[in-house]
Amino acid sequence: MLSNPLTNKKFLISFLFNYFDPEHPYSLEELKVITEDAIEVDDQQSYVRITFTPTVEHCSMATIIGLCLRVKLLRSLPSRYKVDIRVAPGSHASESAVNKQLNDKERVAAALENPNLVDMVDECLAPSYN
Amino acid sequence: MAEPSQLSHLTESFVDSSRSPTQQAASLDKIASLVKNDVLTMEGLVREMQMYLTTTDNIVRARGILLLAEVLTCLATKPLDNATLHSLIGFFTDRLADWKALRGALVGCLALMRRKSSAGVVTSTDAKAVAESFLQNLQVQSLGQHDRKLCFELLECLLERYPNTVTPMGDELIYGICEAVDSEKDPQCLMLTFHIVEVLVQLFPDTSGPFASFAGDLFEILSCYFPIHFTHPRGEDLGIKRDDLSRALMLAFSSTPMFEPFAIPLLLEKLSSSLPSAKLDSLKYLSSCTSNYGPERMAKHARAIWLSIKDALYTSLQEPTLSFTSESLDGLVFQENEIAKEALTLLQQVIVQNNGLFLSLIVEDEDINIILNAVPSYESYSDIPLQGKLKLFAAGCILSISTKTSVACCNMIFESFFPRLMEILGLSEKKLSGDHSPKDNYLISKRLNFGALYLSVELLAACRDLIAGSTQIACKSVSTYETSYCMLHSFSNLLTKAFCSTLVTSPHDADIYFGVKGLQILATFPGDVSPVPISKFENILITFMSIITMDFKKTLLWRLALKALMNIGSFIDKNNESEKILSYMRIVVEKIVSLVSLDDVTMPFPLKLEAISGIGRSGLNYMLHIIQGFEEALFANLSEIYVHGNVKSAKVTIWLLECYSNKLLPWIHENGVFEEVLLRFPINIWKQIESCVDFSVPEKELLDAMMTAMKHAVAFCSEESQNEIIQKSYNVLSSSTSFPLKESVALTIPFQLEGLQLTQKMDNLSCRDEWILSLFASVVIAVRPQTHIPNVKVILNLFITTLLKGHVPAAQALGSIVNKFGKSSTGSEISSDCTLEEALDIIFQLKLWTHLDNGALLRCSVNGSEMGHTDLCQAVVNNKLPQILAITGLSWIGKGLLLRGHDKVKDVTMIFLECLLSNGNALPLSQHSLENSCEQDLRASVMKSAADAFRVLMSDSEVCLNRKFHAIIRPLYKQRFFSTMMPILQPLIMKSDSLLSRSMLYRAFAHIISETPLVAVLGEAKKLIPILLDCLSMLNKDAQDKDTLYSLLLVLSGILTDKDGQEAVVDNAHLVINCLTGLIAYPHMMLVRETAIQCLVAMSELPHARIYPMRIQVLQAISKALDDSRRAVRQEAVRCRQAWASIASRSLHF
Repeated sequence: MLSNPLTNKKFLISFLFNYFDPEHPYSLEELKVITEDAIEVDDQQSYVRITFTPTVEHCSMATIIGLCLRVKLLRSLPSRYKVDIRVAPGSHASESAVNKQLNDKERVAAALENPNLVDMVDECLAPSYN
Repeated sequence: MAEPSQLSHLTESFVDSSRSPTQQAASLDKIASLVKNDVLTMEGLVREMQMYLTTTDNIVRARGILLLAEVLTCLATKPLDNATLHSLIGFFTDRLADWKALRGALVGCLALMRRKSSAGVVTSTDAKAVAESFLQNLQVQSLGQHDRKLCFELLECLLERYPNTVTPMGDELIYGICEAVDSEKDPQCLMLTFHIVEVLVQLFPDTSGPFASFAGDLFEILSCYFPIHFTHPRGEDLGIKRDDLSRALMLAFSSTPMFEPFAIPLLLEKLSSSLPSAKLDSLKYLSSCTSNYGPERMAKHARAIWLSIKDALYTSLQEPTLSFTSESLDGLVFQENEIAKEALTLLQQVIVQNNGLFLSLIVEDEDINIILNAVPSYESYSDIPLQGKLKLFAAGCILSISTKTSVACCNMIFESFFPRLMEILGLSEKKLSGDHSPKDNYLISKRLNFGALYLSVELLAACRDLIAGSTQIACKSVSTYETSYCMLHSFSNLLTKAFCSTLVTSPHDADIYFGVKGLQILATFPGDVSPVPISKFENILITFMSIITMDFKKTLLWRLALKALMNIGSFIDKNNESEKILSYMRIVVEKIVSLVSLDDVTMPFPLKLEAISGIGRSGLNYMLHIIQGFEEALFANLSEIYVHGNVKSAKVTIWLLECYSNKLLPWIHENGVFEEVLLRFPINIWKQIESCVDFSVPEKELLDAMMTAMKHAVAFCSEESQNEIIQKSYNVLSSSTSFPLKESVALTIPFQLEGLQLTQKMDNLSCRDEWILSLFASVVIAVRPQTHIPNVKVILNLFITTLLKGHVPAAQALGSIVNKFGKSSTGSEISSDCTLEEALDIIFQLKLWTHLDNGALLRCSVNGSEMGHTDLCQAVVNNKLPQILAITGLSWIGKGLLLRGHDKVKDVTMIFLECLLSNGNALPLSQHSLENSCEQDLRASVMKSAADAFRVLMSDSEVCLNRKFHAIIRPLYKQRFFSTMMPILQPLIMKSDSLLSRSMLYRAFAHIISETPLVAVLGEAKKLIPILLDCLSMLNKDAQDKDTLYSLLLVLSGILTDKDGQEAVVDNAHLVINCLTGLIAYPHMMLVRETAIQCLVAMSELPHARIYPMRIQVLQAISKALDDSRRAVRQEAVRCRQAWASIASRSLHF
């Protein structure tokens, strides 16, 4: 069992920080889309909450970034975890819509049925598997 | 004369383009050999081929001419007369105009032009005709790659072999060459092109000659290749690399001073480019050009070059790291940087070429002055910002390089910078002159400025290097009247004090490092020109020694001081400075020896040892001295232990012994002049034991350390010394009462009885006897094959009986005897009183081994000693059972045989196998009304030890039977054993019906396969995989087997990552995956889980059709590993899950 939540947090971060933003050739960490403080892990409760900050207020890629994060965590975490992904308050124009979309199981599942979207997500995640 | 029909047949088969290349080559060879053997004259051949050479059919004519040319190429060494040569070269020269059949003409010209003078060469008139025809007829750049290459080779040949013929052609030739080489792109041709230019310019050295007007044009053609950008994939272009091209172009660039007006501006421009390779090349080219163009031409570029070098240095340096880890004490480490290195090389070169000019540039340079002015504002290393550090370092490099260049430079640099640095350090002469007499009491109260400290140490080091270098070449070339020397001399006193005070007061690592370095440099100036008088030298040594003895808590300072002492020691030793060596001996060596013998507890003992071994290794004289003191201390401690049983000394002795065998002995051996030193130690040990009649040493560790030291000492000895040692030890052994060293004891008495006697007799082996026996065994283990072992038969018997008492060294010694028996470098039989066969007979005749399998020995020991049931069980638990001991002993003997490749090893392995296979029902023990469970335990542990014997056989041992101890090792013995054992083991495993013996067979299998080189396993992989998998699942059950399990799993992962191995796995994919998914949750070892998951990743690369059915199974197993307690496992699990999830749909619904 994961006894130390902090260990697990670092582990998570090491994964998340390797991604690419679809529009920029930099990783999300370099763009400050995710920071270490924005990740909240509770191992006892099997709960992860990530708050990310899109680069601009109207960033059209916010949902894709969120989707990438969710897919990466789905693939990397044991199934007991509940993952909550949110846009940082006030950092995006359609904040509530994006949050709703990202945390709706049905909509996420539907998005992943779409081959184009899955390709895009995979492309973004590819560097994180090296 | 060959038959015309045969010749025309051969000719036809070459000319016919529909024939295969091999046929064509064969007919060419035949024709060439006909001419070579004078069956056919050249004239005859030409006459015969007349039609082919002159026909109007382009293809046939081309092939015909080519045939003639190729034949000539084959005949390079066959003498031909001038008339033939003349007519042939005339023909080919004419043919150069025939562009449809050009290849043959080029090959022919080349073949003729390249002939050696002994076989007749083309005359210069003919060569001139070739050159003229070439220039007139050939449009090189319109030809194909191969033809172009031939053209360039022809040109190269003309220029190199007929320089006097082609030079008068002047403009025409140069123009033709310019035209030919212009815009060439093929790397092979480029190599030739660059060389042609290089050769061409050497023909026209005159600056007012015909070449001068073309220099600009030609350089323009060359310049577009710089810097070489070459990205061809490997495998093409016959191994030409970027570096080759770059070097060839560099030679062309620097070939003539006439390129100077064009080349230098270009290079300087490219130096400012941001491309690192361009920078690097520019620096290299500049170095090369500098030396070839000469000082006059380079002078006008001096300032530009200096600025560029400075710029390159500043921009290429990266952040330094202070590395003071335990191993490396390098101080300030800047990342190894090629650009900086090249820049410094160039700097040195330009300074050598134009002393005054560049030095004045450096001295007056603003940047350096700014850096120097900035130095006082930062007190310590950590205060300096990154940019400042880089600049400081760059300045240090520049000053150091320019100081090193020559004496004049050294003087100038010292004059302009040294006083300033001293002033910053607070050591200016004004202060000095005021109170001259009490200067010895002058204390530096202020902390030294780091920047100034660093720069002055760099200057000192450079000056020292310069002086040390020059004294080696020509003595006294640095006179004591040089300015720099005078300055050093006047400041040396104060500097020494300043450095010393830094060591004591400074809390900063960097300061301490440079303080120590400064002192070391001051102490290592060569004797006659040293600015430091001998008394000061001694002061430095005393300072370091006080650090060694007092300041051992400051780890860094202590290590640096030790290293400095070692460097000083080896320096004065190398330079043979007798006076200094004397002081060194007195102050350092004697002090350090006394440290070891002293009962001083303040300084930790391991540090003492580190210091003593370090100092010893810096020179032969010191080592001799130290070894003596060292041995005295060692023997004093030993006698303390022997006589008084002093346990406290035991620990110290163990340290001493370890230091002796790990550090001192190897060094002595490497510098091997002291045979007598090597010999002295073992002999003394034996003498000491001999003289102590009764002693009791409880420490097992001490004995182990003694044995190791003894083995190493003996192993390094020569044959004669070994004979002496073994004789001495044999005497001690035979004087001991408890060993039955009479030959009659053995062989005659039936073994059972004798075994008992011995067993009883050896039960009460005294402590001293055990020591003697163990040390004797160590000597036997370490001797060379040629060394004579006295009375081998008796010793064999002794070892056999002792090994049955559980004395493992005896078994190892037996293995070693068997391994080295009767083999010498000359091949002659050495051991006179016994042959190998006899020895083996002695070993195997003692029915001990053969009775192992039916329990006779067991019965006998049970009967004889009336061992009760509980005793037996106890014996099993303690592994003290004779059978187990016998098996262990036998395994070492077997190893000895296996290493030398002796057949008898088969018998040994057969005994093991029989042990493994023996069935419970035949066991006579049951009659003795022993309880069944105990009997089972007994049986199992005997079988287990038999299985583990295979590990002893296969694995490499540190203790004995290795190269260090002169074992005879046959190449590939592991592979050989593997391939003989596998066919035997496999059917046995298949047939075995008893669960126990099957599991033991698996064990044996695991030991063998995990020690075999992977290459051998791969060949058999297909057959082995099923057994290997069963083996893994068997080992999975017991936590004790985790190491075996892991090494076996590594074999599997080796197979999986190999291409051939993967093919073998395909058929058993589901079995492999079943097994691996079982191991993912292995609780006892993290490495097993990690490797199992890595294996699964490798499995995902197998053909999809094969592995798809297992996908769900793997993913389910892996999802559990995502929750593993170790991060490394989780990380691998994520990779694995991704790999397996992506082999089919990418959806997340597994």
